[in-house]
Amino acid sequence: MTSAVEIKNITKIFNEDIKALDNLCLNIKRGLITGIVGADSAGKTTLLRSITGFIVPDKGKITTLNLDPVEQRDELNSHLGYMPQKFGLYEDLSVIENLELYAKLKELPLSEKENTFEKLLKFTNLEPFKKRRAGKLSGGMKQKLGLACALLGSPELLVLDEPSVGVDPISRKELMKMVKELSLKNTTTIWSTSYLDEAMSFDMCVVMDKGKIIFCGKPKELGKDSKDFQKSVIELMGGYRETKSLLTKDFELKENSIKYPIEAVNLEKKYGDFFAVKNNTFCIKKGEIFGLLGPNGAGKSTSFKMMCGLIKPTSGSAKIMGVNIVKNPTKARSYIGYMAQKFSLYGSLDTAQNLDFFASVYGLTGEKKEEEIKKMVEIFELEPYLKRDTKELSLGFKQRLALACAIMHKPPVLFLDEPTSGVDPIARMDFWSHIKSLSKKGVSVMVTTHFMDEAEYCDRISLFFKGETIATGTPFELKEKVSADNMEEAFSRLIEKSQKNE
Amino acid sequence: MFKRILSLVKKEFLIIWRDPKSRMLIVLPPLMQLFIFAHAMTMEIKNIDLSVLDRSNTYESRELISRFENSKWFRKIIYVQNEKQLRKNIETQKTSMALEINSDFAKNLKRGKSTDLQVITDGRQTNTAAIAGSYASEIIAQYSDEFKKDKGSNIQTDTRSWYNPNLEYLFYTLASLLVLLAMVVTLLLTSLSIAREREMGTYEQLIVSPCTPFEILAGKTIAPMAVAIGLSGFMLVVTVTFFKMPFRGSLFLYFISTIAALLSITGVGLFISALSKTQQQAILGAFTFQTPASLLSGFISPIDDMPVFFQYLTYLDPLRFYMVIGKGIIFKDMGVYDVLANIIPLILIAICTLTGALWLFRKQLD
Repeated sequence: MTSAVEIKNITKIFNEDIKALDNLCLNIKRGLITGIVGADSAGKTTLLRSITGFIVPDKGKITTLNLDPVEQRDELNSHLGYMPQKFGLYEDLSVIENLELYAKLKELPLSEKENTFEKLLKFTNLEPFKKRRAGKLSGGMKQKLGLACALLGSPELLVLDEPSVGVDPISRKELMKMVKELSLKNTTTIWSTSYLDEAMSFDMCVVMDKGKIIFCGKPKELGKDSKDFQKSVIELMGGYRETKSLLTKDFELKENSIKYPIEAVNLEKKYGDFFAVKNNTFCIKKGEIFGLLGPNGAGKSTSFKMMCGLIKPTSGSAKIMGVNIVKNPTKARSYIGYMAQKFSLYGSLDTAQNLDFFASVYGLTGEKKEEEIKKMVEIFELEPYLKRDTKELSLGFKQRLALACAIMHKPPVLFLDEPTSGVDPIARMDFWSHIKSLSKKGVSVMVTTHFMDEAEYCDRISLFFKGETIATGTPFELKEKVSADNMEEAFSRLIEKSQKNE
Repeated sequence: MFKRILSLVKKEFLIIWRDPKSRMLIVLPPLMQLFIFAHAMTMEIKNIDLSVLDRSNTYESRELISRFENSKWFRKIIYVQNEKQLRKNIETQKTSMALEINSDFAKNLKRGKSTDLQVITDGRQTNTAAIAGSYASEIIAQYSDEFKKDKGSNIQTDTRSWYNPNLEYLFYTLASLLVLLAMVVTLLLTSLSIAREREMGTYEQLIVSPCTPFEILAGKTIAPMAVAIGLSGFMLVVTVTFFKMPFRGSLFLYFISTIAALLSITGVGLFISALSKTQQQAILGAFTFQTPASLLSGFISPIDDMPVFFQYLTYLDPLRFYMVIGKGIIFKDMGVYDVLANIIPLILIAICTLTGALWLFRKQLD
């Protein structure tokens, strides 16, 4: 028996017309790590949930570990470690209490408990935070704890649904290491991801599109290095032709003579005795894309929020188009376009209503408003979705709409906080082509991201660690500085270096 | 600024109205409560069954029993033959009241002597027992008065209740419910509004926009207010047309005082919402306010009967004033000055709670 999961011709249809899985066949080999990549709504989550028995397919047959995942669910559960996109950590329980709870649920023998906990806590570096409430952990730590809970009881099959969304490159590596070193030799791991560099490092790779498997094999077959691999995957998924963003034609900024639309002077934020951000100074030129990079919890989010007026700095000042955002918030904010990590438009309103609301809030009225909305609908191809509630849109379209709402009033400054978290590679490239066009038109962009390929799009990068800027420069300069081949390596090395200097 | 407020109001309306679930949640529960409370919450007792042991068995005793039979409160008269049966009927709750008439009942009455009757009520249901007992004494007293009248001199007392001559408790309940339900809806809509945006992540998007805290709160005040006022009007129409409750006062005054009362409650709701991180917390917060507010409003027990400290506490409760105005206008056609005397405290409370909410909302942005 070499297959851990056997899937024969399964089909799953939602709401009568959306085919999430379309006559799909797949064998997953025992003892290997299999990566699943695909666009949003390609059916990755539905596939994983069918394998674990949470979804019953309309047609076809699944055998998971020689068991029927629906009929023999109880038996399967004791061999299964499952980590859904939002792992069910109890935010009000401490790290150790969460572990205890999952150990009980997994019926981990008491004799093994202590050893297992020690090993997991040590490996995840969560030992010092044992008593901290899970809700207070940084994003990367939460994912590590979630994975640790899923690993309890040495499952035969480990199913991970995008465990690395919104996690910094260093923590991502650690997650991978955890899976490789903490699971048993014969454990099968299924890992869905939207990071292609991650998929490259798995034993097997499955590419999905529109509910079908379009590739299944060793990642090497698709490309020698991650660039090649990425190209092939994108080619498989229908390819991406970089078309000129319509923004280049239709977007015109008001003339202004300000040299540095975004300015931070000695920005500091203190929580009690703890410096979340220390002495941060930077200027962003007109039309520059400025990237804020750093591990989870390094303070880049705090800096970001201080710049757009969501957090008041303890000292120092943030200026947008020369206007201090604390002293004159309404004026400064009217220059800002803002797009957040989490989809933050009104989910129960439809696309047209969202556009209309944000246009009016930013002072567009009458014919001008209609015109701008029409343009945005055209540029981002939103026409078919105008009457749909935005909560039903796919992630890629949500991001498009969020960007449309953010730039409708032609802001000279654009703030993007992990705008592409969880978005598939093609949608991301599309998104960045719009951002690049905006910057060519003179919009200054400040962006945070965990995708190192996106960091390459930035004109300048500031690397954050423990509340301080440890390096600034163009992507090339940063790589040069530590003689790294790619951004990911540069990122890790710069942070290691700064840790050594302490 | 006004255009921004306008678009914020429009958005709030859309959010309340677009989701079919939230739409149902706003309209259905108040209506359901109106119907359930109106029928279940009554101080009146009807359908009392009565056991009768008539040892006299004369014209006079039968006349008395027929008075019971023909009153609107009593349903069934069960005749028994001895005390044992009487006792059993009460014990087994077959009837909740028993009447025993002695054999010398008619004889004594005719001689102008007083005579004794025994009325037994089932004390296991204290309230019912007391009220049913009072009905019985009323019937007996009336009969005795009439009997004496036939013999000559007497003083007769007639009680008339002002503004509610038939003592329809239903109307009393309905008028109070209008007030209570208006509060529940307003509190629900407002306490959820900021907390919902926090939970959904739209809060930050709104804060980064040029909208000021004042404008945001204005939007969150106007839209729920309009919905709650509309709903109050609708409930008033239902009570007047469906339950035939009389409305004697000025509709205009009622409308104005409803606005004042709901404004003060909106302030409370927004304050709770600004404090809450999640919708769950907001709902709990709303409940924490709601229960004492209704208890102190004078709906369940009269304010004059409360301990002195609590009597002072009721002055902080917007419902107290709204309850007085509501019942006053509906039943008594309360005059402008009396209404004003209650509207002014409402406006003061509204100013305090709304500025409190704004202050808290602003403070959290720092």
